[in-house]
Amino acid sequence: MGMSTARANGSGSTARVDPSALADERKLAEIMGWASLGLGVLQTLLPGRFDRLIGVRPDSKPITITRFACGLRELTAAAGILALQRPRPAGWLWARVVGDAFDLTLLARALRNRPEHPERIAAAIGAVIGITAADVYAAIQNSRRKPAQTSEEQPMEVKASITVRRSPEEVYAFWHDFQNLPLFMYHLDSVKPTGNGGTHWKVKAPLGSVEWDAELTEDHLNEMIAWRSVEGSKVENSGSVRFAPAPRSQGTEIHLELHYDAPGGQLGVALAKLTGEEPTQQVKDDMRRLKQVLETGEVVRSDASPEGSTARRLLRQRPAQPPEDEVVKASQKHMERSYA
Amino acid sequence: MRANVWSGRNSVQVENVPDPKILNSRDAIVKISSSAICGSDLHLYDGYIPTMKKGDILGHEFMGEVTDIGREVKNLKVGDRVVVPFPIACGNCNACKVELYSCCENSNPNAGIAEKLMGHPTAGIFGYSHMTGGYAGGQAEAARVPFADVGPIKIENGYTDEQVLFLSDIFPTGYMGADMCDIKRGDVIAVWGAGAVGQFAIASAKLLGAERVIAIDHFDYRLRMAVQKAGADETINFDEQPDVVEQLKEMTAGRGPDACIDAVGMEAVHGHLPVHAYDRVKQAARLETERPHALREAILACRSGGIVSVIGVYGGLVDKFPMGAIMNRSLTIKSGQCHVQRYLRPLMQRISNGEIDPSFVVTHTMELGKAPQGYETFKHKQDECMKVVLKP
Repeated sequence: MGMSTARANGSGSTARVDPSALADERKLAEIMGWASLGLGVLQTLLPGRFDRLIGVRPDSKPITITRFACGLRELTAAAGILALQRPRPAGWLWARVVGDAFDLTLLARALRNRPEHPERIAAAIGAVIGITAADVYAAIQNSRRKPAQTSEEQPMEVKASITVRRSPEEVYAFWHDFQNLPLFMYHLDSVKPTGNGGTHWKVKAPLGSVEWDAELTEDHLNEMIAWRSVEGSKVENSGSVRFAPAPRSQGTEIHLELHYDAPGGQLGVALAKLTGEEPTQQVKDDMRRLKQVLETGEVVRSDASPEGSTARRLLRQRPAQPPEDEVVKASQKHMERSYA
Repeated sequence: MRANVWSGRNSVQVENVPDPKILNSRDAIVKISSSAICGSDLHLYDGYIPTMKKGDILGHEFMGEVTDIGREVKNLKVGDRVVVPFPIACGNCNACKVELYSCCENSNPNAGIAEKLMGHPTAGIFGYSHMTGGYAGGQAEAARVPFADVGPIKIENGYTDEQVLFLSDIFPTGYMGADMCDIKRGDVIAVWGAGAVGQFAIASAKLLGAERVIAIDHFDYRLRMAVQKAGADETINFDEQPDVVEQLKEMTAGRGPDACIDAVGMEAVHGHLPVHAYDRVKQAARLETERPHALREAILACRSGGIVSVIGVYGGLVDKFPMGAIMNRSLTIKSGQCHVQRYLRPLMQRISNGEIDPSFVVTHTMELGKAPQGYETFKHKQDECMKVVLKP
């Protein structure tokens, strides 16, 4: 029975926008997205049959137009709505409205060219008018929010949890001494107490370090600790950690929640994922190392991962043979003290 | 120091590498006196275990002398002679506390990889891919042993290396295979695979009181050893009698064996060429990672309500798995990488009582530098090869 349950919620990029209000708009947008996908696949793969279905003679020119001007456009819109722009794909929905107008123009021209089945084209025009109405409605609905809440500016929320074979008292005491956090949170350089429950945090960043002061916002003995950066900090962030006894004396369940501004917004998160520095992954690794520190006394190291569990190292493993002295030294930054 | 490293599919070579060092305070460094090539090393050699990297030191069955210890190791001292279990286990986590050492929650720094493939992470293992931690193995002159305060067993003088070396893996693995069968008086146990692990499964089934043990393989020399050394009562050579399930029914008057042990794993061969070819092609195309003939047969052959005990190594996904037989005939599947630490002391006791002398499986002893030759001999079953021991 593996009791290690390092788990983070969803994609780790859950936005703090009222989710219920968003649901209906999203649903309609998603329906339009799937419609785009279906239509796009059909038009790209079987343009001739599609043209015949809507009453257009499938000569080479209409086929090319159907495949490239219509099919690829629908697929792009589908990708935009379904995959790229979360949580609100308003821009892509407006793009669909423009596309609908384009389709109506094409169909009107086809009707003027004395087609074999004018009734089919008329039916197609009717369908597109209906779709246009739905698109306009969805686009307006999805555009209604204040610009302040674009995806670039939402705070990140990251959660992770793990079970550790130590009593809640021990885990609480360990965490309450914030100086211990860098032992397992590798992105932290140091956390120093400043008195009155205040702490000074220093984080390694690609361009120099980032620092801020934080204050305790909640502190329940052996149960919960919460903190947040003081007003006016460069990086606004907050966090909370809950400790609950695990059943059958298996130790303590630790639930961690962090909120902060992600540098670069969603795009930054996507890029970070590629380098193994994605926040959800980072926090999962933090929890794994926390468990190792509390249960075994220190972060566990192997020849291939001499600094212990890190997502970055998972992507770039050393061969499994003893590391050279320089590698050992470089990996030892976090090992200055162990916890017994 | 010199070490045998993986250098791609079907290729190992002995190279100079840096000496092992203490990285954690519960580490020990062991100067190796004997190291074996395991059947599961052949899965690495054949390229079926993912996450291998060129330069990885192989070997997870080794023993030797402690030459250095970290500051938290209190039970060992420099000069002690130890056998090292292949799973690396911390002894502190919830898995270790219930003696599931090979599922240790802390010893695998690459748990993230294992978790993706298997849902939850597994323990670190010496020299067995990066998915199991990326630890350098023991086919070398020396090795770093993490959690030395939990794993290694101290060996008193009076035993040869060959008598105790296999406590590191194959003896406990075979024993656990039999242990999981809940053997009762009168039980008939069938064992697929008469390699070294199979030999110990057979011997252990007899130690645990099985009435009859049937060994299944397609190499006569292995079946001969099963009868003469391990104590098997009957054998099936599936090259001669491909319908193993039918044979077993015949031998048990229709009941089927009470428990079946799969000591083969992912690279099984099948007596019927087309059946073998089907899974071989799927495996080569990576549509499945295993060729599970032995496992399928074990499930179909087992009596209703019986136990199928799987100690052969599987790495990922199986195709055409007879779940219907398991469900409708109330079978129980038990499995696991061996929790070696659980069995070390009781099995050392059996060795010192003279109940078993594990050295009977050794057929080849070579200098470490000959490791590439050892792998070839073992892989192609040349020269009636059963077990290769390397001496640095």
